[in-house]
Parts: sequence; structure tokens; C-alpha cells
Amino acid sequence: MILQVEDISVSFGGVAAVQDVSLAIEIGKITALIGPNGAGKTTLFNLVSGFLKPDSGRVFFEAKDITGIAPHLACRLGMARTFQIVQPFGAQSVKENIAVGAHLRYAGRADALRAAEEVAARVGLASELDKAAASLTIAGRKRLELARALATQPKLLLLDEVLAGLNPREIADVLPLVRGLRDSGITVLMVEHVMQAVMSLADATWVLSNGKLIAHGTPAQVTSHPAVVEAYLGHGAAARLKAGYA
Amino acid sequence: MLEISGLRGGYGQVEVLRGLSLNVARGEIVALLGSNGAGKSTLNNTVCGLFPAFSGRIAFEGRDITRLRSHEIIAAGLIQVPEGRRVFPDLSVLENLELGSYRRGRERRARNLEKVLLIFSKLKNLLSRTAGTLSGGEQQMLAIGRGLMAEPRLLILDEPSLGLSPLLVEELFLLIKNLNRESLSVLLVEQNVGQSLEIAQRAYVMENGAILFHGSPEELLANPDLKRAYLGL
Repeated sequence: MILQVEDISVSFGGVAAVQDVSLAIEIGKITALIGPNGAGKTTLFNLVSGFLKPDSGRVFFEAKDITGIAPHLACRLGMARTFQIVQPFGAQSVKENIAVGAHLRYAGRADALRAAEEVAARVGLASELDKAAASLTIAGRKRLELARALATQPKLLLLDEVLAGLNPREIADVLPLVRGLRDSGITVLMVEHVMQAVMSLADATWVLSNGKLIAHGTPAQVTSHPAVVEAYLGHGAAARLKAGYA
Repeated sequence: MLEISGLRGGYGQVEVLRGLSLNVARGEIVALLGSNGAGKSTLNNTVCGLFPAFSGRIAFEGRDITRLRSHEIIAAGLIQVPEGRRVFPDLSVLENLELGSYRRGRERRARNLEKVLLIFSKLKNLLSRTAGTLSGGEQQMLAIGRGLMAEPRLLILDEPSLGLSPLLVEELFLLIKNLNRESLSVLLVEQNVGQSLEIAQRAYVMENGAILFHGSPEELLANPDLKRAYLGL
């Protein structure tokens, strides 16, 4: 297990956003975290990656207790994340944006820029290196967000809806990329609503609803779980998944 | 209802829309599809008067609105729910909804508010919450609700399903269908091609600032090139 979460809880005001959640993420796999909007998925990401401190519970990364650690320290240990709303440095080039991540591992500018080029090639941005980040389309910005996280050389990569806003063709282009990351040894934990991607990518799936875990298993198992259909998928989507298309 | 002909527009010197023509008839749901970067949002923002048209004509209910300011276009009943929700994060849910009727529908604000809360019953318990603290799905409901507060005659929805769970997406498309049945005309800009085509009467595919295809959903789905390019099939 690369990541273990034990009985973690956090409340905002009176709202229990995440309640007694325990989960374990296996090394070298792609694990999906799904659930209704407002279920607490991003909050759980924030708790794990140090952007929020839990009220109770513990987070272990490679068996080391990192509960409440600052995000930059979590990143240094090898845990990087992306954000739903991507916010690149718009006036800077794609290469410079990626280099921001690379500087975690490379103090020298030339080294960081070279590492940025390598990462860009990996995510399909090699031809956009000198473009201003602001000039990228959403699909390009999502790849840039992924590249910035990858440049920190994570062992565990947390992806928060990297496919949102992409059309079916663009989604199909990103799937092999994520699979390639796993095959290169990076463990991936992804929050995703695009169920065709979850079905095709995930080795394991956790389902969060109202701040609590309600199901766990393979994508096929959880998508036929009645509570998951009720709270998250709806009967239409469940039927479409069963028929083989999302 | 909406007639766009030969529209050219963009940002500053950059031409994004290259002589585009599109129309929406009264009571229709029209889907506008296309890759990211095709110019769909630029089109919306030009139609709504946020960017000036370089040339061409936009008419709404027979009236030329090409040079009108955005608040005048809103007053005419052409309302956009922007991509990415764009709720006012530091205002309450109620304040966000009330602002929807700032330019139009102000006299019937109370009645419309009741109507919107009937459609989005979840917002009823969130009225005093700061909009920025809502989840993505709740913010999307709020953004659509805010649009409805202005009593739209034509509603432009820019990627309303973005970031919503499958269940909410299904509810959203059902809602659009129901609003349409109550005589609302809709221009639906979506990446969720499959479900959009299920509820739309007509579809346009946009590429490089121009219309590449225009026809019924059935015609689009019967075209193998378009299917491959936009449905990833």
C-alpha cells in the first residue's frame, strides 16, 4: 500500500464533509474515487495532500505518518496533485510552467527546463513548448496541469477531474497517457465523473457519498452496486454502462 | 429566433469566428458541438455582446442585436449560462439568484425565485450559504437558476454538464428538455455529445471558427467521419 487513510474526518462549520473514511491505495495501480457532487472527493484529496488538516484520523504515505503535513512537503515525499480548475501562469510559456514543478528536483534552471521538455513530450505537449500557457485550449491546459504535477516526479499522482471539459475524442486521447503513467510505475488516484474512463482505466474504485464510503471494488462491481446506482450513476447511466458504452 | 449570418469576430486582432452562420428557431433545442478551441465560447460571448463582432449580423427575434451592449441583449431575453459557472463566490446563493433578475424579470423576482427553487429544490436549504462553498454540482444548479431568474426567451448553456456526476447529468438533460417543453428555446454547447444529441432537434459542428456540419442528430450520427472526430467512436 502506498497510501493509507485511517478514520479521517473533517467538518466545515456544521457540515461533516468527510466522516470516518478509511481507504488504502495499492502501489502501481490506478484507483478511481467516484461519487456525487458534494460527496467530499476533493476534500479528501485536500486532506491527503496536506491542503487541509483533518479533525481526526491519520494519513500514511509509504507507511510514514504524514497527517497534517504541508503540501510542499507531501510533494517532496513524492505525492503530487492536479486541480479541477487549472490555473497556469498564463503569460509564461508551457515549458516555463512545467519547469516550476521540475524545480522541486532540479535547482539549476537549465536542468529544470530540460526536465520540463521531457515531461512535455510525455504528455503530448512537445509542439507547444514555447506557447504562452494562456493560449492553450482547455484540452491543452489539462495536459499542462498534468505535466506540472509529473515534473515533480511523483510516486503517487492525485488527479482531480483531468478529463472534465474534454470531448469524447479528446478523452480517448488522454486514456493511453494515464495508462502509460501507471505502466511507468506511478500510482494514480483519480477523481473522475467520466465513467467510460473509470471503466477503462481503473483497477480499483472507491465510492464516496455524503462524506462516507459506500462501496469499494472493481469498476464493474461498484457500478452494479444498488447504492451506487441510486446515489451516483442514475439508472440511465448504469444501463448504458452495462450495455458497454458510457 | 436567433439568426447569425456571416459572423466574424474574435479577440483584439485575432479572428476566431470566420464567417459563421447559425440559427435557432423558436421552441428548439440546438446542440453546438466541436473540439476545444473551435470557437464555441467565443461565439457565445460575441452573441451576448461581450466581444464586438468584426462583421456579419446577429438578429434576435427579428431585431438586429449585432452592436448592442450585453445588458441590452440580456434585457431582450437572450441569456447565457457561462462555462465554468461563474457564480459570485463571496455572495450568498440567494444574492446570486437575485442578481439574475437585475436587468430583466425584476418585477416578478419573488415568483421566479419560487419557481427556480421548485426546480432546484436542493438550493432551498443553501440560500444563505456563500456560493463559493458549494460543490461543483450545486454551483452549476445555481448558475442555471440565476439564468432562469432573467426569464430567458433563449437560453445559451455553455457546457452545463461539466464536472457533474452521471446522475446529475441525466437530471440536467431532463431539466433542459422540460424547460424546452415549456417553450424555452435552448442553444446547448456541450462536450457530452451523446446525451446532447438525444435531446436536440438539430446540431451544428463547429471547427476552426466555422460551421463544418449542420443537420439532425440522426444525420450527424450517420456520418462516420464526424462520429470518429467528435464521439471518439
